[in-house]
Amino acid sequence: MITSVAAIPIELTVNGRPRRLEVLPHHTLLEVLRDDLGLTGTKACCLVGECGACTVSLDGRIVDSCLVLAVEADGSEVTTIEGVAPESRLTELQRAFLEKGAVQCGYCTPGQLMAARDLLDRLPHPTLAEAQEGLAGNLCRCGCYPMITEAVLAIAGVEER
Amino acid sequence: MQTFAYARPTTLDEAVALLQLHGPEARLLAGGTDLIIRLRDGTLHPGVVVDLKHIPELRPAVRERDGYISISAGTVMSDLVGDARLRRHFAALVEAAAVVGAVQIRNRATLAGNICNASPAADTSPPLLVYGAEVVAVGPAGERRIPLDDFFVRSGQTTLRRGELVAAIELPLPGRRTGAAHVRRTRRHGHDLASVTLCCSVDETGLVRLAYGSVGPRPFLVSDDSGTLADATASDAAKAAIFERFFADASPSPRSMRASPDYRLAMLRVLGRRALATALERLEAGGAR
Repeated sequence: MITSVAAIPIELTVNGRPRRLEVLPHHTLLEVLRDDLGLTGTKACCLVGECGACTVSLDGRIVDSCLVLAVEADGSEVTTIEGVAPESRLTELQRAFLEKGAVQCGYCTPGQLMAARDLLDRLPHPTLAEAQEGLAGNLCRCGCYPMITEAVLAIAGVEER
Repeated sequence: MQTFAYARPTTLDEAVALLQLHGPEARLLAGGTDLIIRLRDGTLHPGVVVDLKHIPELRPAVRERDGYISISAGTVMSDLVGDARLRRHFAALVEAAAVVGAVQIRNRATLAGNICNASPAADTSPPLLVYGAEVVAVGPAGERRIPLDDFFVRSGQTTLRRGELVAAIELPLPGRRTGAAHVRRTRRHGHDLASVTLCCSVDETGLVRLAYGSVGPRPFLVSDDSGTLADATASDAAKAAIFERFFADASPSPRSMRASPDYRLAMLRVLGRRALATALERLEAGGAR
């Protein structure tokens, strides 16, 4: 059994790449992704699990990374916004966000994309209500909600998202 | 965030020993969707955080045994929503689990954590009470079963003893055909806690069980076996009198920012009737057993 106040060694896979790290018990997955791994696409915002800016995929399920201790991710597979697109290209979903004007200031966009991707994986042909429900955990201060759901619905059923 | 020690027991005995050793200095970590917020805002200062996710008995699982559906302590809301057996037998619990927070929260928040926080606004409490859930607690003296109605004391406080943790929540399979529904009132879907959360069930004998929360220090369970509420020919006045008795314990806080006491008491009556109507429809459509 591990009991520690000091740094704890963990191993996890981030965007397909195995990583070995030492993390303090009180550091969150969000902090470790941004500060230790330099993956700053995942945003810090409300830090209480309401805004969804820090959304990442943890073992295939999206979570608010501000509410996960880094040490809890030991042995897990993490996908961040940096890991969703092939190198120097955009996914169809990202392209749809641009085409529909779903991005204004852009701060919430990585989290919105992670939630939209998860939604479309679970429900490839969502209704408007299902799309709104799937994105209910992601706030947008610019009020781009209609364009965001439009982008999601526009590529519903597209194979290569 | 403040610092704390992290412990990762791999057996129930180790977890119980840690709780005995540290008492209130130890906090259990399951999904963390409440705990980590309170570690960050400083309302809790545990010496040690005990992560339960590496104990095999607590891993996410919904199993049927001895006339019960047993939900292990590590089971998260999304697991409940996706479970075909729960959808069939305990539809109102699935409805409640599906409105806890948003997807990101439901993928992390556990049913056991929801009841151990003992928030009067917890959405899963009313259906669990209506379905007669029992809490399986493991502690230094072994295992004991606590009817959920005897588990809640007030917000944040349960009848768990020092050294005890919740290993599972068990729901007796209903012997009679039953219809049930969960309804809630909230300001914003996907984030806000319920202003009123309520579940009602009715079985083929006309027995009505109703539980409601977010209108007092703990959720309340009430019942009526007169058959009046299931009787389409009974008068409105007779039904209203039963609902008034049901809601006699409601005492919403005047200090809540979510809704005024008047609003909550009015909505309680509206939601009570709505949930009953849906429960009756479901019973007529065949119900669940």
